[in-house]
Amino acid sequence: MQFGFTTAAYVVAAVLFIQSLGGLSGQESAKRAVWYGIVGMALAVLATLYGPGIGNWYVSVVMIAIGGAIGWVVAQRVQMTEMPQLVAAMHSLVGLAAVFIGYNAHLEAANVAGLDEAARATLDGFAAVLAHKTPVELSILRIEVFLGVFIGAVTFTGSVVAYGKLAGKVDGKAKKLPGGHLLNAGSALGSLVLLVVYLQSGSVLALIGMTLLAFFIGYHLIMGIGGADMPVVVSMLNSYSGWAAAAIGFSLSNDLLIVVGALVGSSGAILSYIMCKAMNRSFISVILGGFGGTTGPGDGGDGRADRHRRRRRGGGAERRGQVIIIPGYGMAVAQAQQSVSELTRKLRAKGKTVRFAIHPVAGRLPGHMNVLLAEAKVPYDIVLEMDEINEDFPRPTLPSSSGRTTS
Amino acid sequence: MKIGALAEIFEGENRVAMTPESALQLQKLGHACCIQAGAGAKAGFTDDAYKAAGVEVLKTVKAVVEAAEVLVKVRGPEEKEAKALREGQTLISFFWPAQNEALLKTVADKGATVIAMDMVPRISRAQKMDALSSMANIAGYRAVIEAGNNFGRFFTGQVTAAGKVPPAKVLVVGAGVAGLAAIGTSTSLGAITLAFDVRPEVAEQIESMGAEFVYLDFSERAQDGAATGGYAAPSSPEFREAQLKKFRELAPEVDIVITTALIPGRPAPKLWTEDMVKLMKRGSVIIDLAAERGGNCDLTVPDEKIVTDNGVTIVGYTDFPSRMATQASTLYSNNIRHMLTDLTPKKDGVIDHNMEDDVIRGATVAHGGKVTFPPPPPKVQAIATQKPKERARELTVEERRANEVAAFKAQTRTQVGLLAIGGGLLLLAGLYAPASFMSHFIVFVLAVYVGFQVIWNVSHSLHTPLMAITNAISSIIILGALLQIGSGNILVIILAAASILMAGINIFGGFMVTRRMLAMFQKS
Repeated sequence: MQFGFTTAAYVVAAVLFIQSLGGLSGQESAKRAVWYGIVGMALAVLATLYGPGIGNWYVSVVMIAIGGAIGWVVAQRVQMTEMPQLVAAMHSLVGLAAVFIGYNAHLEAANVAGLDEAARATLDGFAAVLAHKTPVELSILRIEVFLGVFIGAVTFTGSVVAYGKLAGKVDGKAKKLPGGHLLNAGSALGSLVLLVVYLQSGSVLALIGMTLLAFFIGYHLIMGIGGADMPVVVSMLNSYSGWAAAAIGFSLSNDLLIVVGALVGSSGAILSYIMCKAMNRSFISVILGGFGGTTGPGDGGDGRADRHRRRRRGGGAERRGQVIIIPGYGMAVAQAQQSVSELTRKLRAKGKTVRFAIHPVAGRLPGHMNVLLAEAKVPYDIVLEMDEINEDFPRPTLPSSSGRTTS
Repeated sequence: MKIGALAEIFEGENRVAMTPESALQLQKLGHACCIQAGAGAKAGFTDDAYKAAGVEVLKTVKAVVEAAEVLVKVRGPEEKEAKALREGQTLISFFWPAQNEALLKTVADKGATVIAMDMVPRISRAQKMDALSSMANIAGYRAVIEAGNNFGRFFTGQVTAAGKVPPAKVLVVGAGVAGLAAIGTSTSLGAITLAFDVRPEVAEQIESMGAEFVYLDFSERAQDGAATGGYAAPSSPEFREAQLKKFRELAPEVDIVITTALIPGRPAPKLWTEDMVKLMKRGSVIIDLAAERGGNCDLTVPDEKIVTDNGVTIVGYTDFPSRMATQASTLYSNNIRHMLTDLTPKKDGVIDHNMEDDVIRGATVAHGGKVTFPPPPPKVQAIATQKPKERARELTVEERRANEVAAFKAQTRTQVGLLAIGGGLLLLAGLYAPASFMSHFIVFVLAVYVGFQVIWNVSHSLHTPLMAITNAISSIIILGALLQIGSGNILVIILAAASILMAGINIFGGFMVTRRMLAMFQKS
């Protein structure tokens, strides 16, 4: 009966998760969607805790409480502009958890294999599932464990590097060790060989060796991707962690893990694809990584002023007391004077000192900028010539150049 | 050094080459300034104002020429002025060396140096001394004002209790500096502004000023403006025909035509022909800024305003900047001041005539007893070469239809292909894999499919929250750890506990972050 209840709870949780992802397609339904996700997660965890084959549940509860408290505090404290890196950082945790769980599955399998018939009968929980596997199922289990650990490991180091790049702790430029893609391909091939070895022998050494290789792949793959592509990368890693969860779900024969893992995996992949389209980048070149730095201007390191940095700048304007805007021909071509004017009005309403610095040769005719700013009703007295304002430049820390092109 | 400003002797010239303000700046460079009495009067600057700015006011031309080592003027020197120059003296003014070869010879023989403000190369660094641009800017502005003065209606459209007023329609031909300034002035007065230029790359600039670019239905690849230093070059006869045809179409509609088309070193091209003038409405106005070089309009009379038989006013004034003498003098004297700043690199009042400098070399037409015109081409190119831009061709209805059908077919093919491959692989797996695996596998495949379907229509602004929530949901992996922690193996318990801890952080952190992000989207 317990088993039936757990399964029922799983079905409900799965539906809730699907609703949660689907609900995020609109601004208003998104608020509901988060709650679907939260309830789904709570239901899943509680049902599992209540379900069959659970031991040491108090340890679980304590751990969840501690982890939850940490997560709660971190998420509360973090600046809005640091969200992307936080997501990346939390991702690495999922990756590492997948690696651990994969290892556990291996250890359990090894344990169970060593037991005799009588002892097997007394087992419960995950071990009991393992005990009833046929040899074919056992080798499938090994593949699943292997896959789960591999993807988890790639996700872990990849997310750590992505976090570093987004937080500005690691240089955002696309970097590669000599050997480039060959190194990645070699490592992947090595992992494949180790998979065969692991299937044959079930040796933990093969698993460890593969984990190290996967760690390297994750690191090297993401290091090869420029800072501008990081949002796509985080979303891709998201998808990876989903696949890892699905693989683990297979090895544990847990349908909810499979369902949710597959959901996250496929939706993450599609999301990265959509994001790539929106940013006009080739999906393949981004996920395989490292091509970013070589395909031309606007790629890789060049694109450092990505959405995320923009947002940070916008946020910066609110915190500073003084802002100098340096308009250029780009503003003229984009007809952005109204938006600039709007921004100015908002900042001034908040009591900030906003001034415009006009370079004498900005635009395509003398006074080009003034004409446009006047049209957008920017007050004349805050529009200054370069010579008038140049001395002030060390003071405000937020000069913002809107669209500079060479004239 | 002493800088001396002379009064203009050209009839009707109101500008002056030095203002009290520019004099103050010149003194900061270590120079002394003097000016001929009454030189600034017509531009609105009194002798007293000059005195207050520390400028020595000298009674006669002779006194200024004798006292000053550098003479500044607006118009080029007349014969007698040129003769009065002495060896080693520098003259800074407009000169038009290509048109005044004899005069240039006279000055060079005298041993004087001449810096022609009209020869300043068109490079970014030199824009602050580009007097042609600053004067053209004024001319463009004044052209619109002059047009308004001669036009009997409002520029802006109005609906009033006394009736509806249609907006004026202004056509600006030639979008150089003057043209762009005219466009800016005209749009800010509220007129509907159209603009044309032979250089297609300026379409963007025209649109940036709020006017509409008049496209020609013409396929010849226009030549690159960069090759001619940003100026227009003569166009082919076919192009000219297409252009005139377009103008003929526009003539009955427009109320005001401002022509600014000039080609360096040539008479102005005739773009507004007599028959176009005939087509125009009574009361229309044509302002021909190219009048000095013969005019863009057939009927233009330089320096005069005429009214044709069909009531079209054609203004051919050549002294627009001089008509705004105060403004023009301020800007011109600033151009001169910038030139002197470049000539006085150490700011110690000593002029260092560096002929290696692109800008100074380009503008110097006589130096050390020799004529130094024309200058060698500048080392820096004026304008970066434009890459040819392919304009996307409008597709016909049939083509679009064909494209749609082809796209649909291709989509069907890929979809069927993918389904076939996927189905085949599934069947293959089913042949070998045990039943217990297959039951999970079905769940897996369906979940993948649902995931794909659900995400497609998510809006762009929600990508980041979506990422955060998928991250939170991916910590479902906690279930695995929860199931394993009941093991008897201590290592397994430790690893599982660590996993639960990490997943726990992710669950709470992930949902929390998502909620905070979504809170930002709340309608304010």
